[in-house]
Amino acid sequence: MNAPAYNFAYLDEQTKRMIRRAILKAVAIPGYQVPFASREMPMPYGWGTGGVQVTASVLGPNDVLKVIDQGADDTTNAVSIRKFFQKTAGVRTTTDTREATVIQTRHRIPETPLAEHQILVFQVPIPEPLRFLEPRETETRRMHALAEYGLMHVKLYEDIAHHGQIATTYAYPVKVDGRYVMDPSPTPKFDNPKMDDCPALQLFGAGREKRIYAIPPYTQVVSLDFEDHPFERYRRDDTCALCGSTDSFLDEIVTDDSGGRMFVCSDTAYCEGRRGSDMPAAPAPGEGKS
Amino acid sequence: MSEDERPLLIAEALKKAFGRQIACRDISFSLHEGEVMAVVGESGSGKSTLLRLLSMQTKPDAGCVRYRMRDGVTRDLAALGEAELRFLARTDWGFVHQDPALGLRMAVSAGANVGERLMAVGWRHYGKIRQAATDWLERVEIEAARIDDRPDIYSGGMRQRLQIARNLVTQPRLVLMDEPTSGLDVSVQARLLDLLRKLVAALKLSAVIVTHDLAVARLLSHRIMVMKAGEVIETGLTDQVLDDPHEPYTQLLVASILQP
Amino acid sequence: MYVAAKGGERAIENAHRLLADARRGDRSIPELSLAQIEQQLTLAVDRVMNEGSLYDRELAALAIKQARGDLIEAIFLLRAFRTTLPRFGASEPIDTSVMAVRRRISAAFKDLPGGQVLGPTFDYTHRLLEPDLNASGDAVPASADASLEAMPRVTDLLARDDLIEQSPTAGPDEQVGDLTQDPLNFPADRDLRLQNLARGDEGFLLALGYSTQRGYGRNHPFAGEIRLGEVGVEFAPEEIGFAVPLGRIAVTECQMINQFRGSPSQPPRFTRGYGLGFGHCERKAMSMALVDRALRARELDEEIKAPAQDEEFVLSHSDNIQATGFVEHLKLPHHVDFQAELGLIRRLRTEFDQTASKHPLQEAAE
Repeated sequence: MNAPAYNFAYLDEQTKRMIRRAILKAVAIPGYQVPFASREMPMPYGWGTGGVQVTASVLGPNDVLKVIDQGADDTTNAVSIRKFFQKTAGVRTTTDTREATVIQTRHRIPETPLAEHQILVFQVPIPEPLRFLEPRETETRRMHALAEYGLMHVKLYEDIAHHGQIATTYAYPVKVDGRYVMDPSPTPKFDNPKMDDCPALQLFGAGREKRIYAIPPYTQVVSLDFEDHPFERYRRDDTCALCGSTDSFLDEIVTDDSGGRMFVCSDTAYCEGRRGSDMPAAPAPGEGKS
Repeated sequence: MSEDERPLLIAEALKKAFGRQIACRDISFSLHEGEVMAVVGESGSGKSTLLRLLSMQTKPDAGCVRYRMRDGVTRDLAALGEAELRFLARTDWGFVHQDPALGLRMAVSAGANVGERLMAVGWRHYGKIRQAATDWLERVEIEAARIDDRPDIYSGGMRQRLQIARNLVTQPRLVLMDEPTSGLDVSVQARLLDLLRKLVAALKLSAVIVTHDLAVARLLSHRIMVMKAGEVIETGLTDQVLDDPHEPYTQLLVASILQP
Repeated sequence: MYVAAKGGERAIENAHRLLADARRGDRSIPELSLAQIEQQLTLAVDRVMNEGSLYDRELAALAIKQARGDLIEAIFLLRAFRTTLPRFGASEPIDTSVMAVRRRISAAFKDLPGGQVLGPTFDYTHRLLEPDLNASGDAVPASADASLEAMPRVTDLLARDDLIEQSPTAGPDEQVGDLTQDPLNFPADRDLRLQNLARGDEGFLLALGYSTQRGYGRNHPFAGEIRLGEVGVEFAPEEIGFAVPLGRIAVTECQMINQFRGSPSQPPRFTRGYGLGFGHCERKAMSMALVDRALRARELDEEIKAPAQDEEFVLSHSDNIQATGFVEHLKLPHHVDFQAELGLIRRLRTEFDQTASKHPLQEAAE
């Protein structure tokens, strides 16, 4: 039988080179979606193959990798991806944001500010910010090439006309370096300001849609809005029940079926850091259920 | 606005064929500011193709179209890049389709339809965009209260008026219209024609209006060009040509209008 | 009191063990062997090779066993494996005119050189369940030698009278596109379209092909020829400079003959649709040919109205691995985005309730 043998971080060197070329193009043109020949990966499309390919291409043996999903290291898919890289690259992994050199994330930017030597890799489902207004790829390509973004503002106008406010709460479109309009991936708009003038390199991988884009360090990133309806960094006005934080993004936990609610930091590493050492997890009923 | 005596739009020896079918054969004319020209003929005369050539939606096989830009320089439209052409189409020109659904975004509100061009040229104040849209809806006699409705629940006549508003909001200098009143009820047509007449005069628009309806030509245009099988049969001042047609074909056209 | 639960890793490990157990099922029942799957579920193996884009019967059988019979899951396994394989290059085009034919039919002609060879087909069976198949009996052996008679392709016969369009020959420097190496751009050339369809989901193509027959982009198809059999694969390495045989594969080929067209300068000729797949896959090959022809609407100057003619729509949604990945990704946690939406809807509700309480008798908006 033909038995497989795997390269460091799964991808062969040829493929990594191809992806790095795409990354370089993306960094050279901030916010522009570079097409790349996305490979079939051992996890399904839509489950982070773009992010995994980007991470696999930039990872070296001395890197320290952190993987989060919905802000937490322990969600199932983050666990799965972290194990994948442990198995195929043997790199050291961590849950500590400051310790990591490469952070792969789905749907959140860590609360802890990032530093110059770090790379943040976003998993992107739909890279095209105009996709739901204009389904044709041929037309959206032209709009980006000619910087024709009137349609984007039409969408925001409609929101205000119908809801009294801009109704986009995540994947909130931004303009990068004053030129390209970009989808930041389904991060809550709360996280948008973190992308602006960020010291770290931000890379975005969409495996199924076969696009890579990037925000180089210290690049201007502005959320689209109107002068009289400026961008609002929405956050639920509440404190984390575990660490008391008043400025992190909160997850809502349903505690009973009579309306009981509790709010905790979505960024678990940040929350733990604020609480001091790891709290020993008491055996909760149904241990092993995520 | 100082009146520039030079022509705004010049068509020179335009030719277009589809296979062996010649749609336009050696069409030339000049259009000045504030001038409205009607292009009349039966279906198959080539008049719609001519409109597409003028707006660069189709490339001519021979001949050229020249346009005097806002900076005063007259340029061959074929030499403009795609970005420039699209910008012109959004700001300096209007194109009114026979079927308003082709010239509107049916899935967004009337206000967004009118405001889109403003947003495309950089307007970023929601209140001002909405106010401009409201003003224009009123000018085309659509109730301001319907600004948030989508045109898919508008009547045909309202859609057409919305399309006109959407085109005129950036104060274009040249408007091309393809059978703007066909497909509407006679009474609705009359109201629309009256509106067009007032707007064209008030905004000093130049326009090329393609129509098979001589009454539309008479009401709206200063000059008329009669086409048949891709060629210009007769041209001149509208009233003169319609009252005293020289060519047999024009006489036939005029004679076939039902007298009121 | 709520404690931040940790246990994702343990949960996944347990899930994998449950899966392995469920895959094996009742231990008192004999385990399936790969040879059994490869021999007796042949058509499943063929489909997995096709959409997995890899000709390896044993690996396809393994994938089917590992996937517990879920063919799309099996296709996924094969594709992921394929990614890791080194590429030597492209083979010479296979020549189906010299196929060792096991089955060959034409709906266009009653009889033709080489005849109508039915081969092993379900076509004329009566779909009555046969409980006898449950007992391990001995099927009566039957075989037919591959035909040695000349079997010219129907399209070649029509081409002799110049009644059918010729396939364009490639220029000397023209490279065949490769979907797995370069991202797909629209509009796409026919070589990439056919690749996309070849590895596309059989059900999706079947539905689209069906839609063309029901009037959504009708192109008057006739099954000119369907043939199944073995062909040789050859490869010409640069160092040697001539082609060497690598082996033989089974393929199914379908040539559809579609409505003719001409122009003032061109005489009328039949147009074509083409389908090809690994192993025995008639439904797939025929659907592929119907959709191939529909997608040629652009180059044949036909009005594009129907979904099967919409290139971007068809080619973007034909890959079932992409499709299932994205559909099933909805199972992943989305609670952060949902939280953001909850925030908004709560605010909007508050505003709504405030307005309603101020104007309790307000008429509903027209």
